[in-house]
Order: sequence, then structure tokens, then C-alpha cells
Amino acid sequence: MPQQIKKLLIVFTIVFGIFFIIKYALKPKSFGEFGHYRGLAIIENENKQVKYVGIEACNECHDDIVSYKKEGPHVNLQCEVCHGPGYLHIQDPETNKLIIPSKRENCGICHQKNAARSENNITQVDLKEHNVENKCIDCHKSHNPYEFKD
Amino acid sequence: MDPRYEALYEALKNVHGYIYPNEISLTWSILIVEYPYITGLVAGAFILASLNRVFKIKALEPTYIISLLTAFAFLLVATMPLISHLGKPLRFWEIMITPHSTSAMAIFGFVYLWYLMIVLLLEIWFDYRYDFVIWSREKKGVMKYVYKILTLGAMGTSEKDLKWDKKIGYFITVVGIPSAFLLHGYVGFIFGSVKANPWWSSVMMPVIFLFSAMVSGIALVLFVYMGINFIRKKVQNMPTLDSIGKYLFYILIIDFTLESLDQIHRIYEANESFEIISMLVSGKLFFTLGIMQVTVGTLIPLLILGLFQFFKPADKIRKIAYFIISIFVLTGVFFMRWNVVIGGQLFSKSLHGFTTYNLGFGGQEGFLMALFWMIIPFGILAFLLWLLPPWKKTVH
Repeated sequence: MPQQIKKLLIVFTIVFGIFFIIKYALKPKSFGEFGHYRGLAIIENENKQVKYVGIEACNECHDDIVSYKKEGPHVNLQCEVCHGPGYLHIQDPETNKLIIPSKRENCGICHQKNAARSENNITQVDLKEHNVENKCIDCHKSHNPYEFKD
Repeated sequence: MDPRYEALYEALKNVHGYIYPNEISLTWSILIVEYPYITGLVAGAFILASLNRVFKIKALEPTYIISLLTAFAFLLVATMPLISHLGKPLRFWEIMITPHSTSAMAIFGFVYLWYLMIVLLLEIWFDYRYDFVIWSREKKGVMKYVYKILTLGAMGTSEKDLKWDKKIGYFITVVGIPSAFLLHGYVGFIFGSVKANPWWSSVMMPVIFLFSAMVSGIALVLFVYMGINFIRKKVQNMPTLDSIGKYLFYILIIDFTLESLDQIHRIYEANESFEIISMLVSGKLFFTLGIMQVTVGTLIPLLILGLFQFFKPADKIRKIAYFIISIFVLTGVFFMRWNVVIGGQLFSKSLHGFTTYNLGFGGQEGFLMALFWMIIPFGILAFLLWLLPPWKKTVH
């Protein structure tokens, strides 16, 4: 065997050796346990605290608002979509207050005019033109927006 | 107003017609344009070197080593635009230690490594091994040891050793040609296999990428070869330039024919995506495709190179023309990649609307970053030419 090949074989063995050591050392231990991903990822996700409690939990205290909301177009919305996660609030309602969104932009998250949104499903408003001086909730009742305030 | 809504208003100004929300801003930026461009330069430069070695074209001999070093310098940078495009660049290696056989990018990592380590590095090493031994004896100080390390301990200088160098080097070149085809064909495949995108999804894509790669690689070698002679104040070797020009002309014809075939096929097929694609080509891509890629990058070089096959003006004029053509072709192929990568993201999957690409100046994916990755290979090439000067190689 020519000396060039001998020397190259040594170098390649070292390079491949390093690669396999790196692969062995850095590959997460639980990788491939269930599929082509880190097995521990499932347990990590399982252990995460659930922060959204759902409309049934809200209904326990705020049944008047929940039933009023059912009369309007926001019927299918979870309360926490606008008010934020309620897991702390249900533990101690006095200390942990929920967000009460009142800015135009808050409503704009869903209602801002966007060509990619279906006008038939979600009412679209151009926030730069529609009643610019006022907040949405100055006129609309947020839990049932087609009813107007006095 | 909340900056998020300001941003949305600004973004929507760039939208025409109906597009889906996730299509407003482009996911793949100028850095992803550079990735196939640089890889193509590598494959092209290497193929020129290999053809030279396999078919023993005398006139191309002065460019042989330069082509290899150019290919090597660019190959080292080829994945950098991809890595700097990542949200977490320091985690790039994860794709290599847990590769999935259905991941086109993971497999590219191995195609790339095969080409870098088995083909290009080995070919250069076998070409230079004898010179490393000689230089390690002649040089003094640190450089003596640098060259000694580069020999990897294979210090033989006998006739038999040289014969082995040549024999194995030749074998690697023969293996290298299909490998270079694989490397860049694969880049074309990555785009051509995106079935959801009618501008990309075509079996012609790997072939078109390959031939445009050869065109750009040859143009780059022409540019680098002339540049090196200019910097070293050497006379340009006209038979060499004419020879490169001739091959550039031939490959350019094939490339242009294949790309035209692809377009004619689209036009005749005129499937449901045809309307939006024809609007794209005549509208948003008019400058980059019609002017830069076709006119500047293809038709003008074809006309001039074609003319040179029948009528040879004075050396001085040909020299200037070759230099300008190399820049035109390099620019044209860059815009070919641009038209594929950016063009493919400008129209909506709904086939009813367009978005706009705004190239930023700074930032992770801006113009400066792109420019940086285009300049670095020239720096590496300059270093390689200093470390491994082809003009000081021993002629056997």
C-alpha cells in the first residue's frame, strides 16, 4: 500500500472517530426513544403547567357575563383569548387580576382589516379610518359588540 | 398605535391581491440566494478543472490549480449563508448528528462533506503533496513545520511515490466529476422537489442548476485567472483565455437552451399556475429576469463569445471583453438564483396575489451580511494562493 494511502487512512480514521465521539456525546440520551425526536421532550411538555383554565372555570363566578356573551357573535370565544390566562386568578382572584383590554389595537388583533381574513367570518374594520378618536369599547359592548352603550 | 399594527400596515402596503398571512414577508432571503450561487461556483470551477485533467486540454492547464483552489475557497463558505440565516446559528450541527433520511437539508450536509473531504481536499492534497515535501525542506521557521504537517507524514519523493500521487489524483478527479454533478444537482433538487411551489417544482431544476453552475464556475475561474495575472503583473495568456471563452460559450448555449425549454414547457402546459407566473415574470421579475439574467447574463455574453468564434479582434479588445463577460455572466447567474429563490416566494399559494421583497441594508439577513459572505471566499483564496502558490509548484 502506498504511504500516502496509509497516512490518509490514519487521518480519516481520526476525523471519523472524532465525528462519532461528537455524535455520541452530543446526541441527547433520549433521542430516538419513541421516534425521530428527543423522547424527554414529551415528558417536559407534559410537566408544563396548564395556564388556560377554560370558560367553564370563568362561569363559576362570572356566569352573568358568560351567558350575556353567548347572545352575541363572540359566543365561541374563550374568555381568556382577550383576558389572558386565568390560572393564577382562579387561585386568588383578589391579588391576581386579569387584563381588561381596552385599546383599539386589542380589538384589532382579530378585527383589523386584513386581505387574508374572510370578511364573512370576522368583521373587518380599518382602524386607521373607523372612528379614530374613540376606543372601540366607548360605543361597543365588548362581550356582545353589536349592542351599543348608551 | 401599537408598533405591531404599524408593522402590519407597512407590510400590507407591499401586498397586491389576495395572499395568505404567512406569505406577507419572505422566509428565504438573499442569504438563501447566495447558497445555491456559491455552491454552483464551486461545482462549476471544479468541473472545469476536472475536464481539463481528464481530457488533457493543454490551453486550460494554467487554470487547473487555480480552479481547484477557487472551488475550495468558495466551498468553505458555501454553507455559511445558510448557517447565518438560521434563527439559532450555533445549533447548526444538530442536523448532522441526528440526520433524518427524509430531510433534504440533512442529506445535503453529507453530500457537502463527501465533496469537501473526499473529493476536493484529497485532490488538492495529492496535487500538492510533493511540493509540500519540497517546501518543508526549503522553508525556514514556522512555515517549514506548516508544510511538514500538510504532508501528513507522507514524505516520499521517489518516482514511485509521484506515480501514485498522479494515479490516485486522477482517480479522485474521475470520481469528482459525478460528485460535483451530485453536489449542485442536489441543490437544484432541494428547490425542484418543493411540490407546493409551481415556480420551483420541476424535474428540470437539478439539470438547469447544474449547467448554470458550470457557466458561473467557468466565468469565476476566468475572472480569478485574469485578476491574478493582473495583480502579479503577468501577461494574460490569450490561448488560455480563448479556450475558457470557448467552453463558456458552449456551456452557456446548453444552459440557455435548457432554461428556455423549461419556460417553453411551462408556457405550452399553461396549467393553473401559469397566469400568476406570467404576471410574475413580466412584472416583479422583469428587471432581475428579463434584463439581468437573460439580457446581461446570457444574451450579451453569448453574442460576444459567439462572435469571437468566427472573428477575433485584437488581443487587447478580447481581454477586456472576456473580463467584462466574466462579470456579466457571474451577475446573470446570481440573478438566476435570485429569480428562483425570491421569485418563488413572491406569489401567493392562492395564485391570486403578490408580496414584495425588501432587502434590508444591515441586520442578520441584510445586504451587508450577504456582501460579507461574498467577499470572504476571495480572502480565503488569497490566503490559499499565498500558502500554496501554483506558480511555485514543481513541474513534473
